[in-house]
Amino acid sequence: MTEILSFQNVSFSYTPDQPDARKAVQDVSFSINEGEWIAMVGHNGSGKSTMVKLVSGLLFPQEGEVRVMRDVLTEENLWDIRSNIGMVFQNPDNQFVGATVQDDVAFSLENSGVPYKEMVERVHSSLVQVKMDKFLNHEPHHLSGGQKQRVAIAGALAMRPKLLILDEATSMLDPQGRDEVLRTVRALREEIGLTVLSITHDVEEALFADRILFMNDGKKYAEGTPSEIFALGDKLEEFGLELPFAMRMTKLFQEKGVPLAGQHMTEDELVNDLWTSSFSK
Amino acid sequence: MMDKMIFGRYIPGDSFVHLLDPRSKLIFVFAFIVVVFLANNAITYGLLLAFTLLVILTSRIRLYFLINGLKPIMILLVFTFLIHILFTREGDVVLDLGFLKVYEEGLRQGIFISIRFLVLVFMTSILTLTTSPISITDGIEVLLNPLKKVKLPVHELALMMSIALRFIPTLMDETDKIMKAQMARGSDLSAGSLKERLKAVVPLLVPLFVSAFKRAEDLATAMEVRGYRGGEGRTRYRQLKWDWRDTLSLVVLAAMTALLVFYRN
Repeated sequence: MTEILSFQNVSFSYTPDQPDARKAVQDVSFSINEGEWIAMVGHNGSGKSTMVKLVSGLLFPQEGEVRVMRDVLTEENLWDIRSNIGMVFQNPDNQFVGATVQDDVAFSLENSGVPYKEMVERVHSSLVQVKMDKFLNHEPHHLSGGQKQRVAIAGALAMRPKLLILDEATSMLDPQGRDEVLRTVRALREEIGLTVLSITHDVEEALFADRILFMNDGKKYAEGTPSEIFALGDKLEEFGLELPFAMRMTKLFQEKGVPLAGQHMTEDELVNDLWTSSFSK
Repeated sequence: MMDKMIFGRYIPGDSFVHLLDPRSKLIFVFAFIVVVFLANNAITYGLLLAFTLLVILTSRIRLYFLINGLKPIMILLVFTFLIHILFTREGDVVLDLGFLKVYEEGLRQGIFISIRFLVLVFMTSILTLTTSPISITDGIEVLLNPLKKVKLPVHELALMMSIALRFIPTLMDETDKIMKAQMARGSDLSAGSLKERLKAVVPLLVPLFVSAFKRAEDLATAMEVRGYRGGEGRTRYRQLKWDWRDTLSLVVLAAMTALLVFYRN
């Protein structure tokens, strides 16, 4: 397995001259291997956004190392590394640079000096991948939030990145747009084995991940598969994180005395258990 | 009012004029603006008017739509016409109303200036009506390229312009939202004295500015992460293509200029 991204004992403080002040990121280590989907969850101020800035080289750690594709991120290789990372940000409007869909997808290609012919090919193929190829000449204000985010994903894909980072990419979308975007990302993972790091406080989104990093107060509080993390139950709620709907429902059922077997993370599991529970009595 | 206004609006189409390269259109319009001043008698002004009509016909933009859309500017036209009639006192008296004498030269000048004005407004409107703002930006960028030698940041200017154009609808929506939010809290933008109304605009502008700066910051981050490092070593996705149409239109303009030079006094 190839390592795509790793943090080694990374610490970062916005006020390095005040040693007593709380650090935004404190001694965090983790790694992501090729093809994995990692979700980073945590409430506001848990250090999630700072972590993203550290990955994309907008900030550099005061202690520890950030490695992308096994290379330590430095000022010198910053631009090479950025071309290997695709990012989708929170606000769909504020990351749309081009005047039309195809111009926006081409933006990063233009920046890295890709020749015209190849550019046209890549723009089209990446728009096909996110199913936005019918919107080539649409202007951003005629698109929905979900569509804009899909265009942003296409813009990232055009660079053939090794890692796609979703920085709260679904938090400003309506449920429909959110589904659109998540479905697109899942399909991409199956098609081209994309590595995904999604930063989110939406637990339903985190359920899709292979592993969850649970951040609290600048530190990595826990790391594990979704079922391991959500087994923490009350601890998560203590830190201001909601459990997935199915889990909360299960808990309520159990409190009412409905005999259910353990925890259920998805609605399907819960429904299955519910309609069979009276037989297994 | 705003719907009818066609200044700076773009109407998509596939006419001969629409298909022209923005560079040739820009050169054409700027050359035309100069050429207009060659006209100085009835024949040459007639030629200019006929030529403009020809361009309007090839652009397949309805004349009625054009005239209707330029109504606010027509007031200016009438005004200049009247000024000439009232204040030029040369030649024979054509009309004597006692308190007002209209001289031949005044009438002549008035008509000529009006034609000149009309022709210029029509031509520039045709340019903006048949070319999308982003194409105009592209055209300007390429045409100004030689000025890079004198350290004019051509690429940066063009990018600024295209981003500004791209954010107009976004900020319009935002203004609308803020306006509704303030109205819901009892702010009244349409009543009261001028001073009161100006005061009511402040709570509208402040949030708009704050959000515009926030957007700018986000956009800068997004651009940096997507590898933007200025114009150096960049390739262009929007390609401009100069074909026979562009050459033809400039040749036609040159022929027109020759005719004007030939027939002018």
